[in-house]
Amino acid sequence: MMRTLMEKTITFLSWLMTLVLFSVVLFFIGYLLHKGLPVLGRSLVFGETDPMQAILGRARVFDGLFPAVMGTLYLVLLSTALALPIGISAGIYLAEYAPPAAGRRFGFFFDILAGIPSIVIGLFGFSVAVFLHKHFSGRISPCLLISALSLAFLVLPYIIRSTQVALESLPAPIRRTAPALGATRLQNLVYVLIPHALSNIVSGIILSIGRCAEDTAVIMLTGVVATAGIPSSLLSQYEALPFYIYYISGQYADQAELDKGYGACLILLGICAVLFILAGMVKKHLTHRALYKV
Amino acid sequence: MKTSGDAIAKAFFLSCAGISAVMTSAVFLFMIVLGLPLFRKGSFMDIWMGTWSPAEGVFGIGHMIAGTFWIAIPAVVLSLPLSLGTSFVIAGLGGPRLRETLISLVRFMTGIPTVIYGFLGIFLLVPLIREELGGPGMCVLAASMVLAVLITPTMVLFFSHSLMAVDPAHVQAARALGAGRIQRLLYVMLPEALGGMATGLVLALGRALGDTLIALMLAGNALGMPAGFLDPARTLTGHIALVQAADYDSLEFRSIFACGIALYLFTTASVIAVRFIERGKKEAA
Repeated sequence: MMRTLMEKTITFLSWLMTLVLFSVVLFFIGYLLHKGLPVLGRSLVFGETDPMQAILGRARVFDGLFPAVMGTLYLVLLSTALALPIGISAGIYLAEYAPPAAGRRFGFFFDILAGIPSIVIGLFGFSVAVFLHKHFSGRISPCLLISALSLAFLVLPYIIRSTQVALESLPAPIRRTAPALGATRLQNLVYVLIPHALSNIVSGIILSIGRCAEDTAVIMLTGVVATAGIPSSLLSQYEALPFYIYYISGQYADQAELDKGYGACLILLGICAVLFILAGMVKKHLTHRALYKV
Repeated sequence: MKTSGDAIAKAFFLSCAGISAVMTSAVFLFMIVLGLPLFRKGSFMDIWMGTWSPAEGVFGIGHMIAGTFWIAIPAVVLSLPLSLGTSFVIAGLGGPRLRETLISLVRFMTGIPTVIYGFLGIFLLVPLIREELGGPGMCVLAASMVLAVLITPTMVLFFSHSLMAVDPAHVQAARALGAGRIQRLLYVMLPEALGGMATGLVLALGRALGDTLIALMLAGNALGMPAGFLDPARTLTGHIALVQAADYDSLEFRSIFACGIALYLFTTASVIAVRFIERGKKEAA
């Protein structure tokens, strides 16, 4: 009797907790849409400037989010380009070459790397910048390049792990056929294993792009500022969407600025949602294409 | 020719893994070297346990360590029932279609930018706490509540994954004996999944300790020891984000490296804890 009562209570509470969790999140998103949709539009991004002129770099945007959007875009492209070769290669090593003991030891480091708070990575990037400034060149200070390097370091363990897991989860028949026919390890890797694992690797990469786009703690120590315009070089300071949201939350002067903050939230959430959906679609379709070239 | 290509490729892959591991250690070494002036100056215990009193030249981070746990522990406690309930529904109580939908939703939640949670917290939760419960509004409670929502998806994914990884033969045997959904969940799946769930709990605590934006935006960042949930507090991460000393050589600035070291050690401890749990699980099996 006591037992059935407990079972019924737990069942009820479980459904209730699920309901609470999703209502909170749906309420958050609904509130964001309610506040952000009315401001969403051309003037939110481009202000008074003509969009074409702004995109072509002929005119500066003063009261729009365009520089922040471009800053985030540069940041994502740069840090992904920096992290990909090292991350994928390290993942391949762990999955295909490392002896078990070495694999465990490396795994320990990458678990720590994945757990290091992003602000500590930012602090590391900042320290490196200060170090370079003192000992090598006075021109180096926290900037777009330092941020991109730090972000690349932040997402490195995710890329390593998703590459490793994607390769390790391939079934033995796929793994053994090509070597049995005389292929070398590298040929097996390039022509068989990577194409089969590609969709999972790419969807891991897309999710780590999302992390680059949303991270605020790393960039706030390594060169992001509230107003900088579109960065002119790798060594200049820049704006970024998540930092803009953080900045507005404390420094907004009037309702219009606050509304722009909600608009920025919505754009950032939209970017992350698109990346998330893309990752899911890639997971479903890419392997098929890579293998059968359709 | 082919074999040498193979050897080169292997060396390249190994060096990439090596570089990543060396960089991970470099982070820790950098912080120790840059924090050295601080450790030379004050007594060792003063730094970790002491209070922040610039007038006396003491820059202890004891209150920041306390503030970090004041916010992270309640966040985990709040998140635990939410995560348990949701993972029970995903793993056993709901049907397969509901399971797919809920898992996709939870996965999506892990991708919602932290700064957006902070932004909404400032304009929705902080005024509510200020008016209903009093105090400054920006406080431990506001930060832990939002942090709980932030870490719940991580916990749910780990919990439901370990519950569903339980040997289906055991679950079906229980079913054949007439056990209902909740009975299979409580008496068959849950006991076997506890190890994996403990891993999820440790990782969620790690996320809560290491998060910067939520505490920075919602906890008020006051220096000093919080006496209750409605008091403001400063976390280790928030302290790093806030110190902007113009003088890189001042002890005040150096204190952020002590914070960095503390956070790095928390991370290492949690990784070791997870390894212990997993080893225990293997031995039990």
